[in-house]
Amino acid sequence: MTRHIAWILIAITGAVALAVVAMSRDEAINALWIVVAAVSSFLVAYRYYALYIARTVMRLDPLRPTPAMRRADGLDYVATDRVVLFGHHFAAIAGAGPLVGPVLAAQMGYLPGTIWIIAGVVLAGAVQDFMVLFISMRRDGKSLGELIRMEMGQVAGTIALFGAFMIMVIILAVLALIVVKALAESPWGMFTVAATVPLAMLMGAYTRWIRPGRIGEVSLLGLVGLLAAIVYGQSVALSPVWGPAFTFTPVQLCWILIGYGAVASVLPVWLLLAPRDYLSTFLKIGAIAALAIGIVIMAPPLKMHAVTQFVNGNGPVWSGGLFPFLFITIACGAVSGFHALIASGTTPKLIASEADAPIIGYGAMLMEAFVAIMALVGASILDPGVYFTMNSPAAVIGTDASSAAAAVTAMGFPITPDLITQTAKDVGEHTIISRTGGAPTLAVAMAEIFSHVVGGSAMKAFWYHFAILFEALFILTAVDAGTRAGRFMLQDLIALAVPAFKETKSIGPSLVATGLTVAAWGFFLYQGVTDPLGGVNTLWPVFGISNQMLAAIALMLATAVLFRMKQDRYAWVTTIPTAWLLICTLSAGLLKLISTDVKVGFLAHAAKFSAAAEQGTVLAPAKSMAEMRQIIFNDRVDAGLVAIFLAVVLSLLFFTIRTCIAARRTDGPTAREIPAPLVPAE
Amino acid sequence: MARMMVGVPDYDSYALHMRTHHPGQPVMTRTQFFRDRQEARYGGKNGGKCC
Repeated sequence: MTRHIAWILIAITGAVALAVVAMSRDEAINALWIVVAAVSSFLVAYRYYALYIARTVMRLDPLRPTPAMRRADGLDYVATDRVVLFGHHFAAIAGAGPLVGPVLAAQMGYLPGTIWIIAGVVLAGAVQDFMVLFISMRRDGKSLGELIRMEMGQVAGTIALFGAFMIMVIILAVLALIVVKALAESPWGMFTVAATVPLAMLMGAYTRWIRPGRIGEVSLLGLVGLLAAIVYGQSVALSPVWGPAFTFTPVQLCWILIGYGAVASVLPVWLLLAPRDYLSTFLKIGAIAALAIGIVIMAPPLKMHAVTQFVNGNGPVWSGGLFPFLFITIACGAVSGFHALIASGTTPKLIASEADAPIIGYGAMLMEAFVAIMALVGASILDPGVYFTMNSPAAVIGTDASSAAAAVTAMGFPITPDLITQTAKDVGEHTIISRTGGAPTLAVAMAEIFSHVVGGSAMKAFWYHFAILFEALFILTAVDAGTRAGRFMLQDLIALAVPAFKETKSIGPSLVATGLTVAAWGFFLYQGVTDPLGGVNTLWPVFGISNQMLAAIALMLATAVLFRMKQDRYAWVTTIPTAWLLICTLSAGLLKLISTDVKVGFLAHAAKFSAAAEQGTVLAPAKSMAEMRQIIFNDRVDAGLVAIFLAVVLSLLFFTIRTCIAARRTDGPTAREIPAPLVPAE
Repeated sequence: MARMMVGVPDYDSYALHMRTHHPGQPVMTRTQFFRDRQEARYGGKNGGKCC
């Protein structure tokens, strides 16, 4: 009993903090209540739920050899200290997703997002990562596609691989869109981000020829270069010659990024990708730690309402009601299907003991949820007027300070034109109006927090651009790495029909596959950039649906494996989150297809525009018949994409049920684990 | 140990492993080892980065 006392105290603390967050209505509460509620919930969940899953559901055996021990080669399979591996795994799963989703979700107030992040990660997200890690760890570190093939059959594996490729395309498009939104018309930001390319190449040359393998020192040199670029960026932006040279419209930036993606993904990895990843990894860990410390020191009050009127679904940031759209808007941070690819990637090959699996699989995801909580806090400490000015599409609030102030004030969030121009000036931007995509909002919040701790308001512009750079840096790394990964997925898929495509070393197929991958995400990026509602409105829900569907697929695999292990009495651990994700994603997907609300349903929107086109009318924001046709075409492509995702997830549901029924009819376990050594561990 | 976070395992462990388990087989030099690991991590077969 005594060993539980400390945990009971933590649980009580968490419950009190959650109650304060949930009950307060009129007076502003301190952000630390949310932080305390989240941290206590995570600690208790880890101590009791993760260990319950480890001991009872998975029956982890610390003496059972992991892939790193069975196949140790000093290269891919290396038994790694769990603290180091935690850092490695966390750096691989945490990206822009947990930062952007919660910022967008703040339009409904901080309360719904907080509750979903805490409940979602404990019951779904961390369970998924942990289960996939466990399944892969018991099968020599095989990948998600291979695991599904092993446990659910060839067809299911191929469908999952296809789904994963489509999801990769959408993720790349939406990440690139965030960069476009953050850097458009912003010469200072554009210069600092552009400067990272030659900087990374210098670092690459250094690690290649001058001091091979000295990652630490080259990263320090790179960091100095980055800080210099941020400082110098201000003069560049103010220069009458260079300022305009680094000012790009969203469409120009879109083409720059597409060109960048195509070139960067075929360059040798040591030249650009690897050195920039070193920088972005260390910067990411550093910035997240600094943000946590900053929030604790500043202890800011939350200015956003607990719940806004937009829970009903008429919000300007994204369309749709709380159910189901909140649960796909905050994807990473609560539950992210993409993590299943990481948890069945390098991590299971590095884990030293099965006893380390809970802290890596479950623990690292709790950490990511904590990042999401910080992003939500960041968006919620801003003046709600500023938040809605930054995140509403120009079609709703106009493009100048007085129209934006009037429109946002009319929403019920009073703001003056002066505050809008002053905020832009403070952070060194031309404007903050309609800077959608989440990254600029988070950067304003981080500038607020960091400048409170270091430098005061004089440093705000520096910290804002530091935050933009920090986000853009790892998004660009993801675009580059993701294009390469997408290329291999596509080559695997095409090879099913044309076996010659399997040759990943030969130039022809790899260039074709790279080109197709870039064209695929470039198409959605261009569509998002030219979308009158700002693109995020359209693309983020599609991304959220696809990501949560992948999570449902991973959890269905976990369910099938539990049935095949004859552990089906514990299968509720995975079936409950699976059911919830299926309910959310299927209903969100269906609404995107068949909703008659033109702001939600792609087909309804297409119907409205094609009806107008037949009458010869041009509807805003289209300016010509050609643009009308483009909008209708885009709507139909989006609808087709959502329909494909629905078909993928429903067919995998079918394979899961079939596998589970077959497993029930069999007497013994049928899961294809690498057997434990013959000498029993106990 | 920050190196492991960006996918570069310990060279000495690798060299020790090669000497004990595969004596007589060629062992990569430190530089070769680093380049090999860079290619393995970033070549694209590892599923890339997360969102």
